[in-house]
Amino acid sequence: MRGLRLNSVQDLRRKPESGGKMSEYRIQGNTGAWEVVIGLEVHAQITSESKLFSGSSTGFGAEPNSHVSLVDAAMPGMLPVPNRECLRQAVRTGMAINAQINRWSRFDRKNYFYADLPQGYQISQLYHPIVGEGEIEVTLNEKDPDSPTKKIGIERIHVEQDAGKLMHDQHPTMSFVDLNRSGVALMEIVSRPDISSPQEAGAYLKKLRSILRYVGSCDGNMEQGSMRADVNVSVRKPGGELGTRTETKNVNSIRFMMQAIEYEAQRQVDLIENGGAVVQETRLFDPNKMETRSMRSKEDAHDYRYFPDPDLLPVELDDAFLEECRASLPELPDAKRARYEAMGLTAYNAAVLTAEAETAFWFEDLLAQGVDAKQGSNWLMSELFGALNKMGKTLDESPVNPKQAAELLGLVADGTISGSIAKQVFEIMLETGQAASAIVEEKGLKQTNDTGAIESEIAKIMAANEDKVAEYRSGKDKLFGFFVGQTMKAMQGKANPQIINDLLKKALG
Amino acid sequence: MTELTKLGVAAIRDGVASGAFTAVEVATAFNSNVAKAKALNAFIVETPEKAIEAAQAVDADRAAGKPLGKMAGVPIGMKDLFCTQGVQTTAASHILEGFVPTYESTVSAKLWKAGAGMLGKLNMDQFAMGSSNETSYFGNVISPWRRNDGSNAALAPGGSSGGSSSAIAARLCPAATGTDTGGSIRQPAAFVGISGIKPTYGRCSRWGVVAFASSLDQAGPMARDVRDCAIMLEAMAGFDPKDSTSLDLPVPTWEAGLNRDLKGKRIGIPKEYRLDGIDEDIAKMWDNGIAWLKDAGAEIVDISLPHTQYALPAYYIIAPAEASSNLARYDGVRFGLRDLPEGAGLQDMYAATRAAGFGEEVRRRIMIGTYVLSAGFYDAYYTQAQKVRALIARDFENAWASCDLILAPTAPSAAFGLGEKNADPLSMYLNDVFAVPASLAGLPAMSVPGGLSKDGLPLGLQIIGKALDEQAVLNAGLAIEQRSGFTAEAGEWW
Repeated sequence: MRGLRLNSVQDLRRKPESGGKMSEYRIQGNTGAWEVVIGLEVHAQITSESKLFSGSSTGFGAEPNSHVSLVDAAMPGMLPVPNRECLRQAVRTGMAINAQINRWSRFDRKNYFYADLPQGYQISQLYHPIVGEGEIEVTLNEKDPDSPTKKIGIERIHVEQDAGKLMHDQHPTMSFVDLNRSGVALMEIVSRPDISSPQEAGAYLKKLRSILRYVGSCDGNMEQGSMRADVNVSVRKPGGELGTRTETKNVNSIRFMMQAIEYEAQRQVDLIENGGAVVQETRLFDPNKMETRSMRSKEDAHDYRYFPDPDLLPVELDDAFLEECRASLPELPDAKRARYEAMGLTAYNAAVLTAEAETAFWFEDLLAQGVDAKQGSNWLMSELFGALNKMGKTLDESPVNPKQAAELLGLVADGTISGSIAKQVFEIMLETGQAASAIVEEKGLKQTNDTGAIESEIAKIMAANEDKVAEYRSGKDKLFGFFVGQTMKAMQGKANPQIINDLLKKALG
Repeated sequence: MTELTKLGVAAIRDGVASGAFTAVEVATAFNSNVAKAKALNAFIVETPEKAIEAAQAVDADRAAGKPLGKMAGVPIGMKDLFCTQGVQTTAASHILEGFVPTYESTVSAKLWKAGAGMLGKLNMDQFAMGSSNETSYFGNVISPWRRNDGSNAALAPGGSSGGSSSAIAARLCPAATGTDTGGSIRQPAAFVGISGIKPTYGRCSRWGVVAFASSLDQAGPMARDVRDCAIMLEAMAGFDPKDSTSLDLPVPTWEAGLNRDLKGKRIGIPKEYRLDGIDEDIAKMWDNGIAWLKDAGAEIVDISLPHTQYALPAYYIIAPAEASSNLARYDGVRFGLRDLPEGAGLQDMYAATRAAGFGEEVRRRIMIGTYVLSAGFYDAYYTQAQKVRALIARDFENAWASCDLILAPTAPSAAFGLGEKNADPLSMYLNDVFAVPASLAGLPAMSVPGGLSKDGLPLGLQIIGKALDEQAVLNAGLAIEQRSGFTAEAGEWW
């Protein structure tokens, strides 16, 4: 049969060296320390206008069953047609984690009956996923440049359909089905069981989410269900044989995931130490009780009867397509951080500015306006973050955009206003939304270089403080600051500090 | 008026175009025949008003001097596997009884656009699973043919397109759509003495056709002669972006390309099809076919298709496997039958709905398909069957080195009586033994009348061609048609 061979290409970029070591996480049981082994299957909704196999909208929060085509409802005779944009996003994501991209992949049917699954099967990729092995480097604290790093292996990324949603609270005896999500494209990103603590799992998920947002293949919004994790956990004596794992399904926040791992690992240790055995099963996390509970055991597990979907041809990716995917990739977090450090930013600033895509994109916009990198990063980290923090707003909600900020920083850079005046101007900008230059103009905040005016104020101050002038001249250098302050105050903060310095030195001798 | 129902597609099209008669006159004549033939049970739904409406539109276009379509003024029967907007579509099942699609299948839409009108929805084997039209929820279709022994036994019209074959043979319609998964166009055509072609897989869109086995299902025309099949196939075929497996190729002008001269063509005769104990009538007809093609200028060559004996078992793994999954959507949740016993949960509803909604043969194939895909059996059955399928395709590829077409019988026997074989599924499945290899390989294959059995029943000759070479298949069909002198008709008893 034509093209059955698996024809894949190795990603051309660097292959990172094998992983480093992070802090050791151990559960102390009665019989000693236990090691935790964690693997994550992350379902990420692919950013696309329409569903994986139909033209329906993927918009969130619409009226139930308003985004449902004949294909999504699995009406008789309906056929799936792959949405190339969804495949493109999966390939770009694969490239971003240095993964093998499979030029030949195929869709399979995963058969099971459920009311939220109209076809009676989910179209997924079991045998030949579109993306193969890759890896992600994580640091326990991405904002700490000295934090240890570790490489987490990615086994595969495959593309599949989401199911609909059952609603049990609409009617006393009936359940309703909302098919808006039915057929929405998901990437399932499967990690190797390389994760050994809740913190590592959290760091991995954060890093993955950041990469997805940089790439633009998923908005990473866990509250809206755009990203959720199935968490595989087992425990073992350090270095021992792998234990039986459980899978906790559909965990929808990083915090919950870490709690679920902690609970589940402890539960397994307690179980084993009390003479029990871990059962391979699917569990659910209850965030209210902070515990996992059994959903179905292996005996009840479905036989999904996977087989190649005969409605679909194999997916074959050509050079031009792959080249376009690669060319469209943005600079990724690790590369960006290195570049920022080379530009003279502190390691801390570079780490913070690149950890989240939103921050990095905001900062890039600021640089694009011609702002100096160091000045811009310092201002962003202290002034803007401080102000947003006080207002309880995120960067996306900032009342000041990069262009407006650039104007303000430009006024400082060219000496029009001083740094301290800039703080005042910024506060007014936050309140009124006015442009920096308009505020400076209106309030008369321009810095003055009028040496005559400054000299005259200095003369007055020296006359009023003859004792301090004498003390200074007899060697008490520290008083210089006093004179600077007095002069600046007299000039209402608008004098150029350098000129004040020069004139004072001359006058005090 | 009765004369009009003796006409085929080309004659009706030409007569309407020339003004010899109107499309409405034609539609009225066929509507009348349909109404009188309830005894055949060929239709599940009759739509005389649709036929008239389409005819009126054609007559109006002609009056206005507008160009007419390929099928202008031709009323046809539509197999109930094709979804028709506003007209009940059931696949002859209880589970879809009362289901009225809000959409029109691509193939039927193309036919309406070409000027055809719909006489009604044709009965068939349930979900196209069957070879005798005895699995329909709406009752057996009766063949208009009877044996010449005076027994008056009701005969099978073949299946699964048994409503189509019976209706054409009884002149209830000049042509009808069929679908062929493992012989469902060819075998019924053979049983009633008409022509039918299954084109290359991907020629006709599957969009809006209730799926049986996606990798095999292919629509095609059934009609009184080869030219009519060529005309109708032109109207049905063509690329459809809504079907990923549809071929993105222009539709050839098959009718214009018809040529009965087979000089330079090599016809392969596969030795594996000459089974031990082959029916005498069938063997004789096959020999006649060989002689006719020789007479038409073709060279006859012996060929081997060594994996033929594995085709049927492979087919009865692959087709049920796909069907078990394709039919999962009939679950009582969104459309069709719902059986919700008092106090039942979701799983109970599935079980009750599907037990009540599917007939025995459909349930049997769902069970087979579920079994061959299940963990632990998948490799032994499904994977092996796919390998066999690849070998079957390779057999044909190898054969094309020494021939251009293959001639074989369509079915191993003439039509059998209703009830004669339905107790034994295996003997029923054996009916498809000659039809299935071409289906597995996705090749174009046609059945044309090849003569009568000793009992006075029609027999069919099958021509298999290279992928995309429907023209050569049609041409060989034409050469046979012009030499066989097949004019026999079922006497009207209904």
